Amino acid sequence: MIHFVLLISRQGKVRLTKWYSPYAQKERLKVIRELSGVILTRGPKLCNFVEWRGYKVVYKRYASLYFCMCIDQDDNELEILEIIHHFVEILDRYFGSVCELDLIFNFHKAYYILDEVLIAGELQESSKKTVARLIAAQDSLVETAKEEASSISNIIAQATK
Amino acid sequence: MTSSPSIMESFFQRSLDDLIKSLRSPLLSSSPSHIISKSLDDIRRELRSTDPATKAVALQKLTYLSSLHSVDMSFAAFPVVELLSSPRFAHKKIAYLSASLSFHPGTDVLLLIPNQLRKDLNSPNPFESSLPLEFLSVASTPDLARELTPEIFTLLSSTKTHVKKRAISVIHTFFNLYPDSVRVAFKRLVENLDGSDPTVVSTAIGVFCELASKDPRSYLPLAPEFYRVLVDSKNNWILIKAVKIFGQLVPLEPRLAKRVVDPICEHMRRTGAKSLIFECVRMIVSSLADYESAVRLAVEKIHEFLVDEDPNLRYLGLNVLSILSSVNLWAVIENKEAIIKSLCDADPNIQLEALRLVMAMVSDENVAEISRVLMNYAVKSDPEFCNEILGSILSTCGRNVYELIVDFDWYVSILGEMSRNPNCRMGEEIECQMVDIGTRVKDARPELVRVGRDLLIDPALLGNPLLHHILSAAAWVSGEYIEFSKNPLELMEALLQPRTNLLPPNVRAVYIQSAFKVLVFTLNLYFMERDCIMSSSVVDLLPGVSDSVTETHCLEDCNSAECKVSVEEVKLSVENDDAAVTHSILDNVRLTCESITCMWNLIKLAMELMSGSEEVEIQERARNVLGLIHMLQEIPGFLIQNEVAFERIDPKATELVKLMLDAFSEELGPVPMNAQEKVPVPDGLTLDENLSKLDSVFGDDLPFSHGFSIQGHQHKETDGVPRFNMMNKEELEPLTESTSLLAQHRQRHGLYYLPTENEPESNDYPPANNDLQSLVNLVDAAEDLVKLTEPSKKPNRAKPRPVVIKLDEGNEVRAKTAKSVKDSKDDLISGVVRDILLGDGSKPISSQKSTSNKPPHRRVKEEGDSSSTKSKENVVDTQILIHGSPSSRKSRHRSSGKEKSKSSQDNKEKDGKRQESSRQKTHNDQYSLLFTTLCCYQGEDLEQHLVFFCNSSSYELSSSGFPEESSLVMEVAWNSH
Repeated sequence: MIHFVLLISRQGKVRLTKWYSPYAQKERLKVIRELSGVILTRGPKLCNFVEWRGYKVVYKRYASLYFCMCIDQDDNELEILEIIHHFVEILDRYFGSVCELDLIFNFHKAYYILDEVLIAGELQESSKKTVARLIAAQDSLVETAKEEASSISNIIAQATK
Repeated sequence: MTSSPSIMESFFQRSLDDLIKSLRSPLLSSSPSHIISKSLDDIRRELRSTDPATKAVALQKLTYLSSLHSVDMSFAAFPVVELLSSPRFAHKKIAYLSASLSFHPGTDVLLLIPNQLRKDLNSPNPFESSLPLEFLSVASTPDLARELTPEIFTLLSSTKTHVKKRAISVIHTFFNLYPDSVRVAFKRLVENLDGSDPTVVSTAIGVFCELASKDPRSYLPLAPEFYRVLVDSKNNWILIKAVKIFGQLVPLEPRLAKRVVDPICEHMRRTGAKSLIFECVRMIVSSLADYESAVRLAVEKIHEFLVDEDPNLRYLGLNVLSILSSVNLWAVIENKEAIIKSLCDADPNIQLEALRLVMAMVSDENVAEISRVLMNYAVKSDPEFCNEILGSILSTCGRNVYELIVDFDWYVSILGEMSRNPNCRMGEEIECQMVDIGTRVKDARPELVRVGRDLLIDPALLGNPLLHHILSAAAWVSGEYIEFSKNPLELMEALLQPRTNLLPPNVRAVYIQSAFKVLVFTLNLYFMERDCIMSSSVVDLLPGVSDSVTETHCLEDCNSAECKVSVEEVKLSVENDDAAVTHSILDNVRLTCESITCMWNLIKLAMELMSGSEEVEIQERARNVLGLIHMLQEIPGFLIQNEVAFERIDPKATELVKLMLDAFSEELGPVPMNAQEKVPVPDGLTLDENLSKLDSVFGDDLPFSHGFSIQGHQHKETDGVPRFNMMNKEELEPLTESTSLLAQHRQRHGLYYLPTENEPESNDYPPANNDLQSLVNLVDAAEDLVKLTEPSKKPNRAKPRPVVIKLDEGNEVRAKTAKSVKDSKDDLISGVVRDILLGDGSKPISSQKSTSNKPPHRRVKEEGDSSSTKSKENVVDTQILIHGSPSSRKSRHRSSGKEKSKSSQDNKEKDGKRQESSRQKTHNDQYSLLFTTLCCYQGEDLEQHLVFFCNSSSYELSSSGFPEESSLVMEVAWNSH
């Protein structure tokens, strides 16, 4: 099972964190610091696995972002690499050649997409098309809600309530 | 007009984008932390707003700060809960996101949300119901799990796959938190394995994969279902999980192996997906290692991995190969080339794996060759990996008392070579091994002394703190085995060279002690030579006679020629600092009066300097040496400053030196770790008994040592209570007096000391050898041992392996048993789980047993305090219950699920039946355990558990035949209502 997902920029800035195993806030900061120290210093042509505290961390760099996932000793590293790639492809499809800035300004959407791909540390949906469809459907739900909320009549109604 | 501020807020609120932009702006007027704290103030204010839209934006901003800037957002827990109940999907979504990112089991507002979650779970909108599912998968608590299990159960059969998948994942989380949910939902979870939708099957099998990794035995009965998935599925994600599950199950059930080996090999041949191939390979090497053809195929694939360009595959290939190395070494040797090549890979992880594999290939035949290759790599590689290499050579060669080493001269020279590696940080290990080899392997000593000399005479090495440990060993070896030294005088100079002040005090102390040994040895040699010369020239001269003119003449005649030569040499050696040059000249030097005088002065000077050292160790040892020097100096005519040595040496001096030499000449042997244990306990010595008596008499107020004081002794007599038996009294008495009586006491009661005589039982080990009296016996015993441990020599070996003294042969077994005992203790809780589950545990756990033996009424009485104080024992008990009850449930469900699936595998059913019958047998223990654990529950919890226990069919109280238990349960029930 995946214990946590980290997205770290090349400068060591955190872009996304999702914890599927319980880690206290302090522990989380420590883990991030420790792992970014280990992973960011690794050269480009090395293998994508790091042994860490009895777990394995699988990471892959896409442009300026490192996608890291921490798994158990007997989990399949190659499978995790495929999951990372799967996630990146979905992000790419959604944002249209995704870049770091997209993930910063739409951090919540990155989370929503991740939640469609993974749940409880396991792959949830292996079809990119399905994920895209689900995300789009929810977006439209949110949008209609927003439109309703921001329509003038609504505001007036609220103000005069 | 109460709402007007909220309108203003919503109009002028900074949006998320504004916040992010201000944080990222290159023209920062203030630091990011300032911006964050300012916006946190805004957010706090906005969160109090009554307008849900304002609140939602504020929450979103806070979530951003929390997840990307690690701001603590626990203060916003209540607004999150408020927003969860918003009817708008957009707000809900934001609220659920921040809830799943910030809530943890300790968050107190979790108590407020079960109803809201229930409402959302039952929502007709699948997107709305999937929100709480996601939240529950990361932030559930046992309470939430208990509350919401029915809802999740309903969703398990949802028509929307999207919701169903999430429900499956959540039910897995619930299983861990609230084991009773297993009883409710297990069957439906199993049904999902047969589903038509591959993504649902994928999620379900993922859950089983996780469950099986914790306790594989419980899922053996589901093997037919897993097998069907393994054979039918075409989806790689599913297949990987299925293969993984069988990797867990096959070691438990050998018959499964035969069934799955073919499909797995088939997948491996067919698929192009590396991840699936890798999973199959790993499964085969770890669980199907007996199937020759499968392993062959796996090794083929491994080879492909090893020569691949992708470093990931190379790494994994090596990784898998190392699993294989313990059983199928041929596979490793087949890929030797690729492994050796990986040693110089750019990736340290790959290097390490390769190193591990190389070390796995080492045998007594190739150890020299491999070490040579590795030493060359060590010189070339970076410091970190270099030390990994050196460390693994040291640990492999030193394994099991150097069992791999045949040629110790070679190994000792390797040790010397390692020491000269500039990156070497293995000083301590090398030190240990050098000393250890010195004591264990007689034949290696000359080489050790040679290597030690090379290290000692190099003044450059003294400045490297990493080498100080090694130098210490070199100094010790050179002093201890000085008789193998070609040139003691040179060694003495090396030991006393001025740069030794760079050494730490403990190493300097070793240097001084070694210098001491060298001095004594050299003096003795010198005296013997002179004696020899004299006795050869004057045959009839009696040893005690002195002051004879003829004698001195003879002496002069004999020595004069040599003396002149050696004087020059010694001068050379003093002047010339380059040790290597002096070495070649002085190799065959004879000890002369002049050279001895030279050494004498050198050591005197050095010791006088060091006797003023601040370090007590140095000071003391230097004084020891000086003591001998002064004593010898006082003997008239001992040292003659001129080269003309007319007088015969006073026999007193000879004797003195002989005495010292004797003190050093006893061999220091290795001490077995279990030496103390092997001392037989004498009859009638019952230490524990007497001590416990002592304890009861003196109580807590007297320190224990009082028992050994005179006061305590007298006190005993006045009391008239016989606290010690006669034997102990005798033993204790001398302790109360000065320690000088110890020796006397030892004579009288040798029985209680380490044996000084050669007892038949202790023949097979030398006693602890710091005792001078026992040294003679030590040598005898060691020699016996040497004979015993002499290995059967292989006939075709050019050079026989020297004898290595092994003492700890029995230790290994002991250590193993100790370990297994420890393991069983660690497994206490999971062991109980399995006992209850499978009914094969005949050994109850002592602590539980003892509590359950108490009369029932007492236990019920204790119920209140024990659960409130939450003593350690009870915490353990609770855990047992939490783990224990699901398993019992699981087992039942398993069997029912199995019946439903109408599996054709009869043997499985038989297994199940056997388990069932043995389960009955151990009911007794289970009852006591369960009811003890029940006592930890109070109120509602207790009630629920009781109802569950009473309902469950396998616990028929009336027919159990244990009145104690049934009365207990009644009492517990009565108390709780």
